[in-house]
Amino acid sequence: MSKKTETNNKKSYDFNLIVGIVLTAIVVIPSLIGLFWTPYNPETMNSSLKMAGPSLQHLMGCDNFGRDVLSRVMKGSTTTLLIGLGTVAFGCIFGTVVGAFTGYYGGIIDEILMRCNDVMFSFPSILLALVFVAVLGSGKYQVTVALGIAFIPSYARIVRSEYIRIKNMDYVQSAKLAGAADLRVMFVHMLPNCIRVLASSVLIGFNNAVLAEAGLSFLGIGVQPPDASLGSMLSEAQTYLFSKPGLAIAPGITLIMMVLGIALLGKKVDGKK
Amino acid sequence: MANNLLHVEDLNIEFHDHIIPETVVYDFDLDMTEGEIVGLVGESGSGKSMSALAIAGLLSRHDMRKRGKIEFGDTDVLTCPREKLRSLQGNEISMIFQEPMTSLNPVKKIGWQVEETMRIHTDKTAEERRARALEVLSHVGLEDAERVYNSYPHQLSGGMRQRVMIAAAMAITPRLLIADEPTTALDVTVQAQIVDLLKHINKKHNTSILFISHDLSLVRSLCSRVLVMKGGYVVEKGPVEEVFNHPVEEYTKKLIAAIPKVEL
Repeated sequence: MSKKTETNNKKSYDFNLIVGIVLTAIVVIPSLIGLFWTPYNPETMNSSLKMAGPSLQHLMGCDNFGRDVLSRVMKGSTTTLLIGLGTVAFGCIFGTVVGAFTGYYGGIIDEILMRCNDVMFSFPSILLALVFVAVLGSGKYQVTVALGIAFIPSYARIVRSEYIRIKNMDYVQSAKLAGAADLRVMFVHMLPNCIRVLASSVLIGFNNAVLAEAGLSFLGIGVQPPDASLGSMLSEAQTYLFSKPGLAIAPGITLIMMVLGIALLGKKVDGKK
Repeated sequence: MANNLLHVEDLNIEFHDHIIPETVVYDFDLDMTEGEIVGLVGESGSGKSMSALAIAGLLSRHDMRKRGKIEFGDTDVLTCPREKLRSLQGNEISMIFQEPMTSLNPVKKIGWQVEETMRIHTDKTAEERRARALEVLSHVGLEDAERVYNSYPHQLSGGMRQRVMIAAAMAITPRLLIADEPTTALDVTVQAQIVDLLKHINKKHNTSILFISHDLSLVRSLCSRVLVMKGGYVVEKGPVEEVFNHPVEEYTKKLIAAIPKVEL
């Protein structure tokens, strides 16, 4: 026994990192394949296979409409990943722009935009997203935009504080003194110095986005049938939770692996153990 | 009589970030001619750097008021539009900062940073910029210019970084170089090298240098004229030898008496 722990100590693998990479790969690779190919059409119903158990033809069985669950999980995690990516990209780009302008210029623009930010920040982002979905309507793209808007304040805050920290550094002064225009100073000279902080918050934000999307779809206001997403699959499966738990387990485990894997990677990027 | 390059008259700088405005520079006057090296000495907080930043057009904070005139050629740095100011900055006025550790952008390669002024002010192609960057890097005494070009700031020593800063400032030969305590963070031998380099640049390109320092012996060896500042006021000014040999003000006398003398 003692020998074993010794060898474990010697090989100082970063356990978190390895688990993170493995979990993310298990989820992301099939969902990337799902972008182009799934074993069956995830929307084709086959009444003879209603509630069929796992078999060689249908590895995860079929759901209440006789649709192949594996295909739907692949397609669904693709949808969830894309919505997550879209949300983070939307929130991050607009948040960075807002944060950069407020942090760099300060003064009255800063006050106005940051107070608006505080107002948005004071609502839970899922609630905010609900409001935007109510305004924009439900569906993939609407959910992406709604969640994206809800995510802007947190990125704006992070970027703003970084910009305030950096803007009085000598290298920013010398960039200005080289005659660089404000936009060039902000986005060519200063932004690359924020990437580190931004990268870890992007990964964490991505997780929150994935969970928020699943939550919205679970409530039935996110992705609409017949499109599959992990959240909407869970929502459909809850009726059969006791008679056919496999329907909930497949998307549920996928969601957990996706979030856990990316959270572990995010921790690593953040530089903390 | 050489051409007048810089004319500063009655410069006052005030901060408004407290309830009571605080003036940090009073009635600052300075005339510099083409090719002249002027020293600006004084204790910490005496307003040296503030005056220099104002001349470079870098004081643009909204809580600050500036009065007076800073004429560079026929442009008033304080009142001209931002576009006009930018065409001066980097092109005609350059500045070297005190701390070589923070004055280079940590995430950009040296070559990129040296080329920045050329990218902004000239239409040179990438190859021309690269050639010019390598040229200035080797001019400032960096032997392996090719390697430095491809390095990041953290891979260089303090003295090397200060040389890189000078190279970046000299990439498109400015007419005025403001050196804000360029030697303070360096050790003595490197200090001497940097001062020699500044002298060399001054001779070769006829670049005027405003040399800010609290090292009086360096000022004496480098500058032709000197201004002594205290508490925001210029208390004494004149040719270096005159000020050093016959100081009028009590404060200047004290400063000069404080130069450590090595007697063997």
